Formats: sequence, structure tokens, C-alpha cells
Amino acid sequence: MAGSTPASAMTDGGLWADAGRRLRGNRAALAAAGVIVLLVLAALLGPLVSPYAVDQVDWTLNPLASPPSFANGHWFGTDGNGRDLFVRVWSGTRVSLLVALLATAVSVVIGAAWGATAGYLGGRIDGWMMRVVDVLYALPYMFFVIILTVVFGRSLWLIFLAIGAVGWLTMARIVRGQALALRGREFVTAAVTLGLPAHRIIARHIVPNVLGTVIVYATLTVPQVILFESFLSFLGLGVQEPLTSLGRLVAEGALEMETAPWLLLAPSAVLALLLLALNFLGDGLRDALDPRQG
Amino acid sequence: MAAGPLLEIRDLAVEFATPRGTVRAVREVSLEVRRGECLAIVGESGSGKSQLFLGSFGLLAARGTARGAVHFDGADLLGADPGPLCAARGTRLGLVFQDPMNALTPHLAIGRQLEEVVLDRGLLDGTAARQRSLEMLRAVRMPEPETRLRQYPHELSGGQRQRAAIAMALMTRPELLVADEPTTALDVTVQAQVIEVLREACDAGLALVLITHDLGVVAGIADRVAVMYAGRIVESAPVRELFAAAAHPYTAALLASVPRLDTPVTVRLADIDGQPPRPGEELPGCAFAPRCPAARELCRTTQPALRASGERSIACHAPLVDIGAPR
Amino acid sequence: MLGYALRRLFGVVPTFLLIVAAAFFLMRAAPGGPFDDERTLPPEIEANLQAAYGLDQPVPVQFARYLGGLVRGDLGPSYRMKDFTVAELIGRGLPVTLSIGAAALALALLLGIPLGLAAGLRQNGWADHAAMSVALAGIAIPNFVVAPVLALVFGLQLGWLPVAGWEPGSLRHMALPVITLALPLVAYLARLTRGSLLEVLQSPFIRTARAKGLAPGVILRRHALKPTLLPVVSFLGPAAAGLLTGSLVVEQVFGLPGVGRYFVQGAINRDYTLVMGMVVFYAALILLLNLAVDLAYGWLDPRIRHD
Repeated sequence: MAGSTPASAMTDGGLWADAGRRLRGNRAALAAAGVIVLLVLAALLGPLVSPYAVDQVDWTLNPLASPPSFANGHWFGTDGNGRDLFVRVWSGTRVSLLVALLATAVSVVIGAAWGATAGYLGGRIDGWMMRVVDVLYALPYMFFVIILTVVFGRSLWLIFLAIGAVGWLTMARIVRGQALALRGREFVTAAVTLGLPAHRIIARHIVPNVLGTVIVYATLTVPQVILFESFLSFLGLGVQEPLTSLGRLVAEGALEMETAPWLLLAPSAVLALLLLALNFLGDGLRDALDPRQG
Repeated sequence: MAAGPLLEIRDLAVEFATPRGTVRAVREVSLEVRRGECLAIVGESGSGKSQLFLGSFGLLAARGTARGAVHFDGADLLGADPGPLCAARGTRLGLVFQDPMNALTPHLAIGRQLEEVVLDRGLLDGTAARQRSLEMLRAVRMPEPETRLRQYPHELSGGQRQRAAIAMALMTRPELLVADEPTTALDVTVQAQVIEVLREACDAGLALVLITHDLGVVAGIADRVAVMYAGRIVESAPVRELFAAAAHPYTAALLASVPRLDTPVTVRLADIDGQPPRPGEELPGCAFAPRCPAARELCRTTQPALRASGERSIACHAPLVDIGAPR
Repeated sequence: MLGYALRRLFGVVPTFLLIVAAAFFLMRAAPGGPFDDERTLPPEIEANLQAAYGLDQPVPVQFARYLGGLVRGDLGPSYRMKDFTVAELIGRGLPVTLSIGAAALALALLLGIPLGLAAGLRQNGWADHAAMSVALAGIAIPNFVVAPVLALVFGLQLGWLPVAGWEPGSLRHMALPVITLALPLVAYLARLTRGSLLEVLQSPFIRTARAKGLAPGVILRRHALKPTLLPVVSFLGPAAAGLLTGSLVVEQVFGLPGVGRYFVQGAINRDYTLVMGMVVFYAALILLLNLAVDLAYGWLDPRIRHD
């Protein structure tokens, strides 16, 4: 094959340049990216900007749960315990984002390792490894995670692990596809001829080349993970006190919605906006990479 | 005998809008097909030979546009009125495409796909339609035609699917059949059978446009040949004259590259150096100049116009044969 | 066709057994037993209780007994709701959950598919972009956000529909839960159908149909529709699974006495047998639904049948 270099060839510049161009032309995706940046900034800076602390009870209010107002500095209002909702919402967002990043990292590591190994080794090992993925794919993952929370209690580490494990199946499939394709390339054959052991080849040659795709799909996993964590927290099986997350806040708000609708609307709006923006961005990324659009 | 050509294409241009700019697949091509004749269109992949006819009959893919005039028996197919095109397609005009594996609808039985053409337009009733389908399947030498009617496309081999597609195009006894590489995906023995079927149809009065890159097939069936390169017609002539003395260097090179049974084994196969222009690549002069052994300075700067003399036409500044003055 | 069906059926059994085994052994691995929350009991009584629940047997024997019970339809007693067996609880909740789920599925199919077809036929028009953006919103925004907000707007503020509660056969009580459950599915089906249609319309056989001069309506109905719906049909399996997880939230928010509600309560209360039984039940349901989908697919696509 004329023209391919023996060194680890990154997917040719043309593909990424095209994708970048398509992405920049997608106004919805760009707007979504902007929204995400704003939300992250708000999550980081919000609690600092407000005069109130997360667990601080404002005894001056009567009743304790009061609607949003600029006058007393409770911009989103307060909850039934007199705690400022603005600060709680952004703290909850921080937790949701943190869980999302960590859990996505878990899913990327497990999925990429599994897929790269299966794709590279090929043959029957590949067959069995992907059979496991197929079986797990068919099951509603939700239920197993719920069992896990029943069995092992509701520790934060378990949440990371369980939620991270949501995305690894898709990641494994994608990485395996890439690894299979890479297996036939010259630089891999060269490495094999040099006598490098399999794990070295996988780590040094296969993984860097699938990195681009992994990053894109990791971005697509983040909203899934946030959704999952919020879902668990909503049901009461996720993040526990004293931490709060957007899912918990929505659940608490739903209970009080007759008397204090702001408790439901503020966290709902933030969560909906975050997920919407992530999905639009993810859609844009996927469209940008899809060669059929070319 | 009606006057005028059956199909007349005037200055047809087909363009595709891509993110990297406009790709011109067909560049102001003019062509005629007479009643009852077999015209072969020869060219490499990318020469525009398929797009020429897809564009003429309104079958381009989503991002393609066609400009120019196409008249079928006098009626304008590409005009503002969609009537003539709708009326012609499927009745007086038949098309067969080059990918037999996917050209038939997978979930409908063969018989259904054959009959719907005549049933939908009310040309025949149920029984007559069934009879016509069998007649057409027999005409294309389909083995076990009655069984085929009930079968699905995936139960037929590639050659059988192609024959079914031809039968489908012939159902309404059209006056013109355009077959785009009908034998390319088939093995050699089946190729011969399919060409035989087409020749019989041609002998029976059907006008046939055969798009191909296989010169051997052309020799066996065509009355006239048009050679296309990079979206333009570079030469056209009656088949014997073309094979005897090709005027355009490209045609000559094509003919020279066809292996012959009597060539000694030790002689190298001739090929043409270089590559055809990439889609979207625009050259100031003749598109073949970079590869042409007879190229002159004029060829690289000025596009040669297609000029006709009698039955032949040529677009070249340095033709190998003088076809004579325009008559 | 029959051979295909039987082969698919046999494929399902091992997966089911695998799920049951995994759930069972996970449960047994849990720290603590079912009686830890109660007052500390004298050893003899505890031993008797253990024996009564069969917990004094070696674990593989317990598993065998559990499987035996499964075959008879006995999922064991609920550890927390002492008067009921798991099977009884499932029996009580099932009609509620199934009726909501089926109604949501029907609504989603009736709305989503035509929406997707319409968008695909007007590709890149403003209607297409608008519909697809709304659809994306429907997918992105979780049902546990939509449900309370809908309850707030239509239940409390406007007072049109009841906020919670259940009366058998009452359409008014079903309205909000069914709509909430159906929305993400409508969105997904619309996007899926649109994408599928666009792809099918590029196929060679559609070009053949156009070349044959068939009317556009005929091409759509007779040639394009079935291939377009194939991915939609295969999606119905995961869609049903999604409806089940969605029902967990919907039943919680609207206070419906369905299977999902019991499941979540069981999880919160650490009612092991209930949770286990639910998982077994859900798994069986999903596997059966997937099987039905596979069979429907085989019926739609002649190529699969002849395999």
C-alpha cells in the first residue's frame, strides 16, 4: 500500500479536519458547548458568589421555605429547612459533574481496555469477550445496579463504579472495532515481528490510535452517566446526605411542589439544560464524525 | 418512419454540491440515440457515463443537479412540466442499473415487482400481467420462470437478478432501454447470456444504450460507440470505423489495452500511464493531455471542441485519423 | 419460520438462568441477614427462623430450591412485607404497570412513527429541524424531571388532571403517567424512523422503483416502508426495557401501586427476596419481549426467515 508510514499513523489529518469543519458549522452544537461552559462556571463560582453557605439555615425567614427574591439574596428561594436553594443547586451540580467525570473515566478505562484487548487478540478470545458484552447489553442495567445498592449499601465509591460501568459496553464495542481495523496495519505487524509482547503492543500502539474515537465517545457517555446518577439519586438510592445532587434536589422539590414550586423548578431547569446541551453537543460530534455526511 | 432521434441530449451538465466545492460529473454533453439503434457509451469509472443518463432521467442522488435539454421523442424531460418524464419512465423508457445484488426490493416477490409496472398504470389486468411477466422472464432466459415469480430477490443468484431487472425494464415493451454496466458484476458465462438477451431485444427493434467499460462487449453488440473521458464525449463513431481506426488517442490506447487471444504470452500488457482527473479537478486544456502521447502545447491550454463530420465526431487537437471536413 | 422461532427460544433459556444465578448469588453475598433489623432474638428462635426460610442449607442447595420454586411460580416470601409472598405482590402490581406500559407504547408508536416519516420526507426543511430538536429534548430531559413538572402544571396549576393516585379503569388517572412514559419513546422513535427512512430512500432498489415510474406514494408505501420499519421493530426490545425502567419513576411520582413501586420500596427497605423476585420477573419479561421482537423481525424480513 503506497504512502502509509510505518510509525504509529494517527487517523489521517483529512478526516479530523473535515470533522472539525462540520462541527464548527453546526450552530446548535456550538451554542450547546457555550451553555455547558456557562453551567460549569456557574457550578464552580455560584456557591462562592452567594452570601449563604450550603447547609446554612436562615432563621430570619418565616416560613423557612420562601420563594426566590433579590432582596434577601436567596435568588432561587429556600427549602423547607431554610437552606438557600441557589447554593444547593450549584453544589448539587458540582457533585453531578464530578460523579460524571469520574464515572466516565471508569467506563473509558474498562471499556477501552476490554475492547482493545478483544479486538487485538481476535479469534475465539474476541468472540467470548464480545459475547459477554452482548449479553450484558441485552439486560436492563438499571436493575443490577439497584441490586448492588441493596447488597452493598450506598457508598459513593459504589456509585462511581456502578455508574461508570454503564458506559463501558458501548466503549468496548467501539474500541474493539477500531482495534480490529488497526490489527492489520503495518506498524502493528512491525511491532509483532520485533517480538513485542501483546500487552506492550496494545498499550503502546493500539491505544494511542483509538484515543481520538475514545474521547468523542467519552463525551457522549457523560450525559448518560449524569442521567443515571440523577435517576438513582431521585429514587433515593444514589448520593446521600450530607451531599446533594441535582437528582436528589428534584426529588425533594417534587415532594414540596404544591407549596413551594421553586424547589422543583430550579434544579429541574438546571438539570434539563445541562442534559439538553450535552446531548446537542454529542449529536453534533457524532454527525461531524459520520463519514456518510461527506 | 418517424423523423428525428428518439432521445436527444443537448448540453447536459451534471453537478454535485459537496462540502469541498462543486464537482462537475458531466460537462455540457450532447448526444443522440436513434430509434432501433444500439449505442455503446464507453469510459472509465468516473468518466460521467452513468451520471449522464441518471441526470437525463431525473434519477440523480440528493445533492446532484442537472442542467440542459433532454428530449424524448420530442418531449422535454427536464423542463418545468414533470408530465413527460413521468409518462416516459417505466413505459416507453426502461432502465437497468449496474448493481444487481441490491437493485430489487428485498421484501417483495419477483412477480410482484414485475407486474406492478403494468398494473399500476392500468395497462394490463391481473391475468394478462402475469402472462407478460412469464413472457419476459422467458425472453431473458430465466430458468424456471414460474417458480421465480413467487421467489424473493435473495433467493436468486446475481446473474438471475440482473436478468430479472432486465425483464422488469422490458415489461412495457419500451422503445428505449438504458443498461448501465449490466454485465460487470457477473461472471463470464452469464455475461455472454445477458448480452445475447440484449442483442435479441435490439434486433427486435428496441433502441439500446449500453454503458460499459468492456470493449469486447461493445464489439459484439453496438452499432455506434461514444467514448467519454472526464465528463465529456471525446469521440463517437460507427463501431467498425472506431475499431478499425480510432481517431482519439484515448480511444486508441483503450483499444490497445484489450488483451487478445493471439498476443504472445511474453508481451507486456499495455496500459495507459497516469490516472484520470479526480472528481472536482478542473484542467484548463484537454483533460487527457497529461497522459496523451501525442499531446501538444495547444492541448494543455485549450479545451478541444467536439466537431462532427458525417457519422464520426472527435474532440481533439491532434487526432490520429483525419475524419474529414464537417459535412 | 418455526425453526427460527424454536432456535431463538432455546437461546433465551441460558441467558435467563445466568441472570437468575447472578442475582441469587449477589443476594447471598450481601452482608447481614434478613433479620438483622429486628430485635436481637434468642438463638433457638433465630435457628428456627433460619430453618423456616431454608437459610440453614448450603448455598447451592438453596439455589436449587429457588429454581424449583421458580418453575412452580413460587418466588418466596417477602422479607419485609410479612403477609405477602413475592408472587402475590407481583400479581397485584402487574395489571397497573402493564396497562400503563402498553398504553405508553401504543401512544408512542402512533405518534412517533408518523412524525419521523413526515420529518424525513421534508428533509432539512424547517419542520424537520424543529421536529428533530424537540425530539432531542424529549430524549435528553429525564422522565423524573418531566413527571413532576407535568404534574405541577396540569395537575396543580391548571387542575385538569389528577396529580396522583390510581383507580382501576380511570383514564384520567392514567393520562399523566402514560404521557410522561411515552414522551422519550416518541422522541426516539421519531428520530429513528426519520434516519431509517432517509437511508432507505438512498438505496439502489428505491432508485429502481423511481426508474420504473411508480408514483411517489406507492414507492413510499410499498417499497420503502417495510425496510424503514425494520430498525424500529428491533428497537422495540430495548424500548420495552426502557419503559420498564421508566415505570419505576412514573409509579413513584404519581403514586401508582405498580410493580415498579414495590421494587423501589424493596430496594430501599433491603427486602432481598422481593428485589430478587422482581429482577427475575423483569428479566423474564424482557427476554420474552425481545423474543417476540425477533420473531416479528423474522416475519418482516424474508431474508432472516430463510436462514
